[in-house]
Amino acid sequence: MSHTPDGVGGLSFDGSGRSLPAEAGVAIALVLIVLAFELLGRLLMHDSFLLNTRDNVPGLFNQARLQIIILQVSIIGIIALGVTQVILTGGIDLSSGSVVGMTAMIAMSFAQVGEINGLPNTRAVFHDRGWVDLPVIIPVVIGLLCGIACGLINGLLIAYTRIPPFIATLGLMVSARGVAKWWTQGQPVSFPTPGYAAIGAGMMPVIIFTCLAILFHLIMKYTVYGKHTYAIGSNEAAARMSGIDVAGHKVLVYTIAGLLGGIAAIVLSAKNLTAQAGMGVMYELDAIAMAVIGGISLSGGRGTILGTVLGALIFGVIISGFTFLRLDAYYQEMVKGAIIVGAVVLDQWRQRRSASRF
Amino acid sequence: MASDLQTDISGGDAPRPGDAPGDVILRTEGLTKHYGGVHALVDCNFEIRRGEHVAIMGDNGAGKSTFVRQITAVEQRTSGRIWFNGDYVEFDGPLAAREAGIETVFQTLALADHLDVPDNLFLGREIRKFNLGPFSILDYKAMHAATRRGLEKTGVKIPNIRNTIQNMSGGQRQCVAIARTATFHSKLTIMDEPTAALGVQETAQVENIIRALKQQGEPLILISHNMRQVMDLCDRIVVWRRGRICANLRKEDTDGEDVVAYITGAKTQPEYASAA
Repeated sequence: MSHTPDGVGGLSFDGSGRSLPAEAGVAIALVLIVLAFELLGRLLMHDSFLLNTRDNVPGLFNQARLQIIILQVSIIGIIALGVTQVILTGGIDLSSGSVVGMTAMIAMSFAQVGEINGLPNTRAVFHDRGWVDLPVIIPVVIGLLCGIACGLINGLLIAYTRIPPFIATLGLMVSARGVAKWWTQGQPVSFPTPGYAAIGAGMMPVIIFTCLAILFHLIMKYTVYGKHTYAIGSNEAAARMSGIDVAGHKVLVYTIAGLLGGIAAIVLSAKNLTAQAGMGVMYELDAIAMAVIGGISLSGGRGTILGTVLGALIFGVIISGFTFLRLDAYYQEMVKGAIIVGAVVLDQWRQRRSASRF
Repeated sequence: MASDLQTDISGGDAPRPGDAPGDVILRTEGLTKHYGGVHALVDCNFEIRRGEHVAIMGDNGAGKSTFVRQITAVEQRTSGRIWFNGDYVEFDGPLAAREAGIETVFQTLALADHLDVPDNLFLGREIRKFNLGPFSILDYKAMHAATRRGLEKTGVKIPNIRNTIQNMSGGQRQCVAIARTATFHSKLTIMDEPTAALGVQETAQVENIIRALKQQGEPLILISHNMRQVMDLCDRIVVWRRGRICANLRKEDTDGEDVVAYITGAKTQPEYASAA
């Protein structure tokens, strides 16, 4: 038996074969996309994409555009944080957009003012019962509970009936949208209290998104919850044999995804000062796209919260870039679709390459 | 020793809980598992003593892996009783069996591809800095140190324990799975086909690890199809056929041809006539 510095019996390990983390690739892609828009901007618009070109405003960067880029992805980004965890377990959540619509409607109806311009707000959902001008904590708690309940339904269905996550969450996607429409018979819910509106005012969505992203980054990296989430997505049978309560853990993951959907709904309705039954349509797909672009493997077990945040930024940069180049929204959608497919193709190619090394 | 084992396990009197002799580490009685109408395991009486290395042999589908899944509580048995380390046990899950001291290297290895070596070693029983339920903080430092100790104990060298399993060769994966059993103070180690997918050199290393366990006096149940390996590493061979035990042979009293005769059904020991 040969003893080598790298191991006994010829078991050697080639350290050079390690690939860069997926996030590095995503970060490079982000920079390249920014550079591409910068270049196109100089050529076509004779303006800079991100740098400040106005003399009357201080600063190196175009502050306003940077804010818009991150603001417009922060709410779907919150959903994407939950979807990321679901995908890491090897599942999928199609219900988050509808959960946002339903939760926004329900939470908002507990956040309405009693008087508008001195006249009673007779169109408030709970005007007759006098549930107006409630302290902000009530609609927030109701919204969070609503999100948790949806996540719990998803989790219990998936963990204990063993139906595929695709179907379970598709069911809730349809039903929650129905609840959102039924809640006020299709009427929008408007005029929130100042306290509620403050949740979505200004850069608040960005602050909330950033805090949640940091929180879940730490949770995924340093807690048992995170470790088990990766383990289940990586090899569910191994996780079960190792004694992990796979079913219970899945319920928890989907519940957290529901909770994050609830938070997104509160922020979104507070930001828009209104809630409509059609809110959040397609958000679930955008959130999944952010995760996938950020290097989260749809087969589970691989990817990080940081990747999803980078994926969200790529999303924001593309939308802003197209607006900056004054291209129609149609093109945005076409390119968005191509990028999603491209990200998955790239991911599979990376995986095949790493697998073929042995 | 084997002769008194024979009378012991084939005797009609059912031992009461706590009855198992002191030096018996694991004992099953009447262990049975049905999957619907399939009788995968029927009335298995098995015993292993401290320091003993016992091989389990048998054709595919004979019930070897099923037997392991029952004693490690990966599945719940249909009927029968199990004593471990002198106590009657009813493990409610694989974690309970592991905590009691039964460490298993499964045929599928049960490793999470995207996690590194310490993560896999401690999967399901992570060392925690602060206990906050599912959100307990992991103690990476302690787990890495324990991982290095476990790898040293088995003589496994893996240059970078932070490497994920997906970037490792089959032999390294097998070594990680075996090191997992050595990292914890196991009272009984079970290996299900540990060298089936390995090359010559890698097989040699795994066999060295098994010899090291023998020197340390740790009991082992080895499931293997490799006759040379079994004859080389084990004290006793128990043969399964169609869900039943059909022979219990001391290595000194048998040879490869004899064992094959039991495996194929050409022979059955008189004590196990019902398996014929």
